[in-house]
This record gives sequence, structure tokens and C-alpha cells, in this order.
Amino acid sequence: MKNNNDLYEVFLRSIRGIDHRHVGSLHADTPEQALTYARDVYTRRSEGVSIWVVKSTAITASQEEDVESFYDPMDDKPYRHASFYVLPDEVNNM
Amino acid sequence: MNTVNNNALYTYVLGLADDALILGQRTAEWCSRGPFLEEDVALSNLTLDYIGRARMFYQYAAKIEGKGRTEDDLAYFRDEREFSNLIINELPNFDFGFAMVRQYFLDVHACLYLPKMMLSSDQHLAQIAAKAIKESRYHLKRSETWVLQLGLGTEESQRRLQSAIDELWGYTPELFIMSEAEAELAQCGVAVARDSLHASWTAQVSAHLSAASFTIPEQDWKVVGGRTGEHSEHLGHLLSEMQIIQRSYPNLEW
Repeated sequence: MKNNNDLYEVFLRSIRGIDHRHVGSLHADTPEQALTYARDVYTRRSEGVSIWVVKSTAITASQEEDVESFYDPMDDKPYRHASFYVLPDEVNNM
Repeated sequence: MNTVNNNALYTYVLGLADDALILGQRTAEWCSRGPFLEEDVALSNLTLDYIGRARMFYQYAAKIEGKGRTEDDLAYFRDEREFSNLIINELPNFDFGFAMVRQYFLDVHACLYLPKMMLSSDQHLAQIAAKAIKESRYHLKRSETWVLQLGLGTEESQRRLQSAIDELWGYTPELFIMSEAEAELAQCGVAVARDSLHASWTAQVSAHLSAASFTIPEQDWKVVGGRTGEHSEHLGHLLSEMQIIQRSYPNLEW
């Protein structure tokens, strides 16, 4: 038996139609167990209608030292922002 | 249809309430003592499901009794011999493996019992069952996984669970013994005929235990008597801890 060593990242969909959002992490032996713990730890107050768990090691993350090359080039490209549209009131969660 | 005997109904509902409260109190002992954080939170959730279930049954029992007693009176101001929970619920946790085997045995039982209770001619009981079955299906998913995981785990986990299975086995026949009240209420479709669930329970549990590499014990001894107030020495200690605040400061609220 493994010893409760794997770290999993937990993503919750709070209501139907909304994307899953990262809410935290937890330890578990198997993906199935991670799912039940996510249910017990993160949805106790009805926070979710759907859960994803992903082994933390499966995530490839950008690094702090990448910031310049990754994001700075976007700073002078305001034309990429769709700021000329007015969203109707009915559209939430954009 | 026969008219429902009020005393029998009170006795029946009180038994279900006591089962839920005593197991809930036992499970609450894990709070802050779980093997690790996630399991600790999961066990506390389990506790709250049982306490919630106990409250629904006690409130209903108090109403049936009609003597002005409340759910709290029933929980805090009755003595050991007046508690009618099945003995398996009051046994100490001993270790995590023991508690999980007990939980597994009871979860399989609940998942057979509650669907029948949803068909009760008593609407109130049917509704409580409809709420509780969702919880129990989740509990079963958890406990069944633990039994498998610890059975196929280390030599030590295997040994501890096998000894828990052997120790608990003699307390399981009581889950299928009809009390007088139950026998009477089963006739008019109010109570579940728990004796009819024994074969399915044994088949389901045996298959899972075998898959988890455990040996099924011989059914050569059993302990019964909880429904009529004959308990193990453990219940008194549990009650004294659970009831002391209300007994020392009656009607205290916080």
C-alpha cells in the first residue's frame, strides 16, 4: 500500500455552466480516494456540483523566471483586448 | 390495514434513533485524532450525518410519545438500560481498522435497509430514509474502499483488519433480529423486516472480504440484547461522556 503520499489539486465547478476552478489541494493514495476527500474537504458547504482532481505532478507550471519572456511582450498590445464591446447585463462570469 | 400501535412505533423509532446517535458519538471520537487531516474531516462529516439522522428520529419519537419530551430529553436524560441501540454501534473504536470494518458492515446493512424503509407506509419514516440513503451510499463507497485498501495493504494492516472482522462478526447477527415492535409494525408495512436482509448482507460482505483477501469467520457465537437494553460495558462510559454537560447543567444552551 502506498502511504498517503500523493498530492492532488482540486477543481470545483460551483454551479452548472461555470468552469471548474482550482480551490486547493489534498493528500490521497488513489484518484478515487482523492475525489472522496475533495468532496469531504471542499464541498461541505455546498460549494460544488462537480469535482476534478488531478495529481499535482501532472501539472506543468510556468516559472517565475519566465515572467519576462512570457508576459511582458503583451504589455504593448492593447488591440488584443476586446474592450470595444459592451456586454449585455445578462452575461455574467466573463 | 391494521391500525398502528403507537407504543410499538415509539419503540421502533427510538431504536433507530439510538443506533444513529451512539454510532455518531463513537465516530465523533475521531475528531482531531484521524490518521491524517483529510480522513479526519471525512470522519467528522460522517459523524454529522449520523447526528442529523438521530435528530430526525428523536424528534419523531418525541412527537409519537406525545408527553412533551424533546429530542434532547431523549438523548441526554435516559440511562444505559433505556438505550436500545444495537451493540455493534457502541463498541469502542479500538483502532482505525476496527472502526472501518464496523462502518463497512453497517454501511452495507444501511444500503439494504434504507431502500426498504423508503417504502414504509409511514410517510415520515419513508422521508427520513430517502434522505439517509444518499448519505449511506457515500459512506459505503468510502468504507468499502478502506476495507479493500487495508486488506491488500501491508501484513500489519491485513492482520489488524482480520482481527477486527473476527471480533465484529459475532455482533452482526443482531442487525437482523426482529424486535417485538418491529415484528408487529412489519405486519402493517411500517417497519422493515430486517430478518429478510441477512442473506443479501452476508453474500455482499463475504464477496468483498474475500476480494480483499480476508477469511470469512465461522458464525459460531453471537452477542445480542441491545434492543432490550442489555449492553456491553462500553455504553455506560460513552453515555457519561456524552451526557455529563446536560446532567450537570440541565437545559444549558450554547
